[in-house]
Amino acid sequence: MNQQALPLFEIFIRSKRGLDHRHVGSLHAEDCEQALEYARDVYLRRSEGVSIWVVCSSDITASQESDVASFYDPMDDKPYRHATHYKLPKEVDNM
Amino acid sequence: MNPPSTTALLDTPLLNYCIALGDDSLTLGHRLSEWCRNGPFLEEDLALTNVSLDFIGRARLFYSYAAKLEGKGRDEDDIAYLRDCREYRNFLINELPNGDFAVTMARQLIVDVYDMGFFSALTQSQDPTLAAIAAKAIKESRYHLRRSEEWIKRLGDGTEESHERAQNAFDQLWGYVPEMFEMSDVELQLVEAGMAVDRSALKANWESTMQLILKQATLDVPNENWAIGGGRDGIHTEHLGYLLAEMQFLQRTYPGQQW
Repeated sequence: MNQQALPLFEIFIRSKRGLDHRHVGSLHAEDCEQALEYARDVYLRRSEGVSIWVVCSSDITASQESDVASFYDPMDDKPYRHATHYKLPKEVDNM
Repeated sequence: MNPPSTTALLDTPLLNYCIALGDDSLTLGHRLSEWCRNGPFLEEDLALTNVSLDFIGRARLFYSYAAKLEGKGRDEDDIAYLRDCREYRNFLINELPNGDFAVTMARQLIVDVYDMGFFSALTQSQDPTLAAIAAKAIKESRYHLRRSEEWIKRLGDGTEESHERAQNAFDQLWGYVPEMFEMSDVELQLVEAGMAVDRSALKANWESTMQLILKQATLDVPNENWAIGGGRDGIHTEHLGYLLAEMQFLQRTYPGQQW
């Protein structure tokens, strides 16, 4: 079988109930069902999780390096968007 | 002299029963391990090796229990590594070479469907150890079957070549199936004692499940006009000797070697 022909899937594992699914890696498979099974064999051999998500890598839209200037840089000079920017009245003990 | 108790009478048959079940698992586990680093692609390579380890683990449980029943100081390694072909009692299908990927998966489907029926029944055994091993095995087999069933459907309903290879695989394996459902008198004795599984009673279910899966895979159920058996009597194909030669080499050459 030509591995190049097999689509790539991103694997997300929930390690415990109540926690979020976390990205653990990717693998090749024929379809989602098979990707789920391979994820079990590749990433869950030592009981690392209780739930698996697989997502076809091509379905992910990712930001690009070229987006940095317009996406992230403008936030650097807006400290008031952070809670720590504000002085709290004494009456508020914890935020 | 008191007549021997039923338990004493059954000791040796039960011991042999455990060894035969261990042999089924070990020979197939070894065959699957031969795929390690030879798998069609990395993910499948890992998956096959996982399944292999499940079977080898199963063999250890059966052999350890057999060694305990025997009580002569042998351990699981002695049983696995220090017996020759004629003392092995596995079904022939487990010792056959892997062939191409279709043969490996066709055999796996045949065995997985069988194991689902067999171990479900064995969980009802009066022998608590056998029932416990079966309870563990059934969970593994459920996953094995999920894999082999999907693969056979992919291959059968895939390309012209994969369909042909899958059909050839079942055609060449089909004659090894009948012995899986043939009972010996000794084994029937164990069934009456509530310890063993009546394998002949599993056949109808096995056949209907296989028919269903093969139909979905667009494959034909082979015409069963030949049958080879003898595994449970220690009569094997020539392939087992080579398998054991490789598997037992280290213990035979360096007796007692540990790692």
